[in-house]
Amino acid sequence: MTVVKEYEAMLEAYGAAGGDLQALKSSEVGNLVIHENKVLGVNETPGIKIKTKETETGVNLRLVIEKGAKIKHPVHLCFGVLPKEGLQEIIFKMEAENDSEVNLVAHCLFPNATKVTHRMKAQIKVGDNARVRYRETHYHGESGGVSVIPRAKIKVGKGGGWESTLAIIEGCVGVLRYDFEIFGEEKSNSELMVKLFGKKEDDINIVEKIHLDGREARGLAKSRLVLTDNARAIVRGETYGNAPFARGHVDCLELVNGEGVTAQAIPVVFVNDKRAKVTHEAAIGSIDKKQIQTLMARGLDEEQAVDVIVRGVLK
Amino acid sequence: MLEIKDLTLNLNGKPIINHLNLEVREGKIQGLLGMNGTGKTTLANLIMGLSYPDGGSIMLDGQDITGDTISQRARKGITLAWQDPAKFEGLSVAEYLRLSRNLSSDEIERLLWTVGLPPLEYLDRAVDASLSGGERKRVELASVLAMRPKLAVLDEVDSGIDVVSLPHIMNGIVEMSQQGSAALLITHSEDAVGIAESVSILCAGKIINSGPPQKMCRWFKTNCQTCAHIGEPVL
Repeated sequence: MTVVKEYEAMLEAYGAAGGDLQALKSSEVGNLVIHENKVLGVNETPGIKIKTKETETGVNLRLVIEKGAKIKHPVHLCFGVLPKEGLQEIIFKMEAENDSEVNLVAHCLFPNATKVTHRMKAQIKVGDNARVRYRETHYHGESGGVSVIPRAKIKVGKGGGWESTLAIIEGCVGVLRYDFEIFGEEKSNSELMVKLFGKKEDDINIVEKIHLDGREARGLAKSRLVLTDNARAIVRGETYGNAPFARGHVDCLELVNGEGVTAQAIPVVFVNDKRAKVTHEAAIGSIDKKQIQTLMARGLDEEQAVDVIVRGVLK
Repeated sequence: MLEIKDLTLNLNGKPIINHLNLEVREGKIQGLLGMNGTGKTTLANLIMGLSYPDGGSIMLDGQDITGDTISQRARKGITLAWQDPAKFEGLSVAEYLRLSRNLSSDEIERLLWTVGLPPLEYLDRAVDASLSGGERKRVELASVLAMRPKLAVLDEVDSGIDVVSLPHIMNGIVEMSQQGSAALLITHSEDAVGIAESVSILCAGKIINSGPPQKMCRWFKTNCQTCAHIGEPVL
């Protein structure tokens, strides 16, 4: 396939997955399109520096949001493997310099995967008083033949903010090994969120770790999973209160709606400063009968009621 | 419109609903007063189809609905406002009100005003734990109003409500009745049933007296509130 055709195919898949095609075409919007190990498109806008280097199995990517830059439009990142089989390894280094603000929207497209591995290893630095919001949405096919292995270490500076969401709602999750770890400095605010709809033989392993290392640092590790068929999931949410007045919370909800489902939640809360406070809540279970009955009393049948509840949890 | 005849439910050999007879007339508010533990919520659940009786029948417009499911009853025009309504993560108030009918934005705003919730503040709020108990109950009533039911079973919608919110809830029920819906207003507070056309008193799973609200409230105060009778009816 030529590069032009590859780019067009990625745009088509991106559009079909609900992505904003105008954002990838606009010169005013920062964006990046990577298919397998090829960089198909890059657009830098003022305040954003993007450097890429293609490797044998993927792309090394460096993204810098310059000091004080407030990026008006969300920066769109599009990763994908369109053939049935393939490997994509992204080495991602990012720095949001002091006082900068950016909203990153990532789409990961594996619509035809029967044997695809997508691996991301990220090192991210959020500067003092900088704010980064990162939303990653995946579009997988129905075969479950994709392994997604994202690992990130994120350092959030004084007064800085990090907020990320990983969502895999469409298609099968496949194999997921998610491991994000945050180190929050003084008065930083960090949130990790995963939203997953596990189906068929999906195999999910989530690790969310937040180290509240600075005074008055805040952290939330949140996960919402709906599991059906024979899906398996282990969610480990860890929060460490290491400094005075640090506040952290682990919040895990796994809704189980299938005979072959197995679900496990392991919240870890740890404090080594007497003025810190970290809390947790974890719930695994079938969908609340009272919720179903309430919706049925409005005229929905049981299947419609379950659908409304599931869509709400994963919203 | 709703006729309950000789309804019986036993639990561990003990009658929870004991040969109960009750009628709710079309477009009217029927009050049902009873102390805690007399079977009020059990009766609400039986009418909505959350559980099924051991004997007797429930008729809606002459049709036997005793064996119908919750959804079937809802589609025939019965709905229920829960005493302690469920919470829904990720479901907005506007979406919740649209569950039964595809309402316009204007209709939703009007419903929220009816129950005393400013739409701008509440339309996009989630129907989850972030709502207070009183706010959740008002959203529940708005959701019942949205359905324009033939019969709304209102289980203790007035309990745990502050004095500012209560008039909004009562206004909502009166407005619903004016639009042609009947209501079974189940409560243990004689203040709430003042808006009813008729009031029945429930004791030990049985209707023990019925009549105009003022008379029944006096009777309830004199007999039930000093009795706390659980077992055989006092009459």
